[in-house]
Amino acid sequence: MQWETVIGLEIHAQLATRSKIFSASSTQYGAEPNTQASAVDLGMPGVLPVLNREAVHMAIKFALATDAEIGRHNVFARKNYFYPDLPKGYQISQMSLPIVGTGTVTVELDDGEIKEVGLTRAHLEEDAGKSVHEEFHDATGVDLNRAGTPLLEIVSEPDMRSAKEAVAYARKIHSLVRYIEICDGNMQEGSFRCDANVSIRPAGQEELGTRSEIKNVNSFRFLERAINFEVDRQIDILEGGGEVVQETRLYDADKDETRSMRSKEEANDYRYFPDPDLLPVHIEEELIESLRSAMPELPDARRKRFIADFDLSEYDAGVMTADRRTADYFETVLDKSGASAKLACSWISGELFSRLNKDSLELGDSPVDAERFSALVARIHDNTISGKIGKDILDKMWSGNDDVDAIIDKEGLRQISDTSEIEKMIDDVIAANPDQLAQYRSGKDKLLAYFVGQVMKASRGKANPGQLNKLLQEKLKE
Amino acid sequence: MHKLTLAAMQRSLESGEFSSVELCQHLIERTKQHNETLNAFVSITEEQALSEAKAADEKRAAGDTLGSLHGLPIAHKDIFCTDGVRTSCGSKMLENFVPPYNATVVEKLKSAGAISLGKTNMDEFAMGSSNENSFFGVVRNPWDTERVPGGSSGGSAAAVAGRLVPACTGTDTGGSIRQPAAFCGITGIKPTYGRVSRYGMIAFASSLDQGGPLAATAEDCALLLNEMAGFDPRDSTSIDRANDDYMATLHQPVKGMKIGLPKQYFEAGLDDSIAALLQQAIKELEKLGAEFVDIELKNQHLAVPAYYIVAPAECSSNLARFDGVRYGHRCEDPKDLEDLYKRSRAEGFGREVKRRILVGTYALSAGYYDAFYVKAQKIRSLISQDFSQAFADVDFILGPTTPSPAFKIGEKTSDPVAMYLNDIYTIPANLAGLPGISVPCGDVGGLPVGLQLVGNYFDEARLLNVAHQYQTVTDWHTRIPG
Repeated sequence: MQWETVIGLEIHAQLATRSKIFSASSTQYGAEPNTQASAVDLGMPGVLPVLNREAVHMAIKFALATDAEIGRHNVFARKNYFYPDLPKGYQISQMSLPIVGTGTVTVELDDGEIKEVGLTRAHLEEDAGKSVHEEFHDATGVDLNRAGTPLLEIVSEPDMRSAKEAVAYARKIHSLVRYIEICDGNMQEGSFRCDANVSIRPAGQEELGTRSEIKNVNSFRFLERAINFEVDRQIDILEGGGEVVQETRLYDADKDETRSMRSKEEANDYRYFPDPDLLPVHIEEELIESLRSAMPELPDARRKRFIADFDLSEYDAGVMTADRRTADYFETVLDKSGASAKLACSWISGELFSRLNKDSLELGDSPVDAERFSALVARIHDNTISGKIGKDILDKMWSGNDDVDAIIDKEGLRQISDTSEIEKMIDDVIAANPDQLAQYRSGKDKLLAYFVGQVMKASRGKANPGQLNKLLQEKLKE
Repeated sequence: MHKLTLAAMQRSLESGEFSSVELCQHLIERTKQHNETLNAFVSITEEQALSEAKAADEKRAAGDTLGSLHGLPIAHKDIFCTDGVRTSCGSKMLENFVPPYNATVVEKLKSAGAISLGKTNMDEFAMGSSNENSFFGVVRNPWDTERVPGGSSGGSAAAVAGRLVPACTGTDTGGSIRQPAAFCGITGIKPTYGRVSRYGMIAFASSLDQGGPLAATAEDCALLLNEMAGFDPRDSTSIDRANDDYMATLHQPVKGMKIGLPKQYFEAGLDDSIAALLQQAIKELEKLGAEFVDIELKNQHLAVPAYYIVAPAECSSNLARFDGVRYGHRCEDPKDLEDLYKRSRAEGFGREVKRRILVGTYALSAGYYDAFYVKAQKIRSLISQDFSQAFADVDFILGPTTPSPAFKIGEKTSDPVAMYLNDIYTIPANLAGLPGISVPCGDVGGLPVGLQLVGNYFDEARLLNVAHQYQTVTDWHTRIPG
């Protein structure tokens, strides 16, 4: 039988606020356990939550970025369940009146196909703490540093039909939330987490199959693998005459499998009701407009502009707008270096990115910032140095504080573009290689490269390659 | 010295008649002596109180003032978190809980110069109308120690009535300030919801809970409320609104004020002798120039049932944090997480608290939420509308605080519904968020009776004003149990 896969994603994006959603504690990752947990975060008797305005603003920005409805009348609700890392015995979330309503996300697939994925809703909620099992014998530790960190839970429609589509959608949301700077997107630290609702149905059938929800997926690669594993598992069950049970399954990356965590029967009745400690939040048009006017240009629009205005290829424009930092970096380099978009793009995507990759650095942590990099590209653009020398200089800039011009001067790397000087070096090389000259003249054209190499070597790489080529060919013909 | 009102003590301290240390020492001695019988206090913070009193005296001697309550003794209901002082909320669950912070109310009174002598007994988690639900034992009514003092602020009311301390803080979710004030022959006001910060006040039912003072007189309540009230950025439900000076308006005339008498408050269920006392009080107020009109509060009969959905629902969620994990009672040798939860909570909570958690959990459950919780909230709106309509015509609403005077200890413990009906006149103001005050208006066979005035939102100043004027022509509030 032909099976159709149906996937919907629930993405938890940690909002990049400085303090927690209902307390003044810091949200900084990686602090000593329980050092960022105040009386409010601990759920001490008598404490009360106070909503962080910034979290609301970030959620509205997300709605603006996805052209989604904005819930004007927001109500926070309590989701009641017991768990040791949930200090109050309930999580403050949103139920019937979320801050973000329906919207649409346009996703470009690998083959260039455009897919529209519906957003069901996105709501604000607080994160729980962490249970720590490893470090304690026969006991569980609880770290409440994360408790109360603001989350935006972004729920999609079941619009995706393959693991690849699901990953493309997740990547799109990931890029978007980073672009509008509401989430740092760090999946290792849990700032961006995906849960996948996966079901299958016979191709052509309208009715949805029974779904399982896969949790604990902390990379896009694992998301794809987990979904594919789950689809195969469900096909095996159905083709073996069995039934899929509605349950929550945990993905185990080490074993590359999903396993049952709890079934629907064991599921909690969360007894949602409006949190009486928090008043409803009304979102005024004025606030929306002020946030709208401060929105950055979104990646899709920027990509189109890069193609139209800078004549970049579709591919290059995609790379240069993959995240906001790259796009900003690119535009700075373009602006300050005076170089062509193609030159700027190739130096960023080639030399810069390979060095960042090698050192496992983010662009924001690059030892060469956009200003310094612009100066380098400018010197290549105005022929002060060759591309080859440029790469050596970039290495020096990478490990030191000197700017491009200082390195050029200090090391005498200025490109030789003086015709007579290059001619003199050519003459010397030709004079020193009479055999090769004879062979070249007898038709062995390939030897041109040999002569280029010799002259380059004599110039210590500084000869202007274009000029050298032209002059050499003339001289060899004489 | 202990027979003086808070205001009189303030004058004596100012004139140097006695010192704060002398006053506090005297009251602490009295408390130690009478607490064995009354059980009004669950802890006496003698050392801290005397050192604060000493500091207050020194300040005064140096010509400095700490604030309007400089050196005056008070006590806090044990529901208010006190930094470094055990806050038990009347429960075994918090028998050993020492908060690391002060409730806003505690902080405000402290910074106004008040000195806390200790923490007063209460029904467990403020659930009760008789103070028989405390883990620390029943509180006895100073007028008749075989009788209850009311609840849940029973310890505070008994402490004031027994003249162990001139004024106390309390909290009122369904009548927990006004009902014990009535049973103990003192004055107690529940302010408008949102007027007094709930931060640090251990939650029972968040949308109904409101802190307020209990004292012998309306004037003393005004003195305390002046410092307790005010916006608190740590409480999202507290209201950002300028404070009134409740002392400044106490002496305004009552003449021309219009008071509504709801037909429903004087119907069956009300003790005849209380009805007669209310008629007397009405006459007194008429002499002062108040006018009375009959009004209707037609959804009054729905208040108790709605309350017993909303309050337990909120409590079932509010009390979920008492799970034995971070603080509070934890059972011995739990065999797993579920066992830890079940036994810690089974052992830590008393019967009434468990009853309400069960009722509330049920009312919020899938399939019952709309039929119970949502419906109760609709009734709540109807009750608020009834009041709004009434306040279009009248300044206040007058009625009894309780249907009967204090009952005997044990009399109603086997019948929770009979117990719940004790709050029939006080609950509507909580559901609507309105301010209400109970003022002594007579006695029945030696047991005090209270009248209740309910005002419009933020009308505490006029409520205290009318109550004070009434107390200038009556002397029920001056009576002290023998």
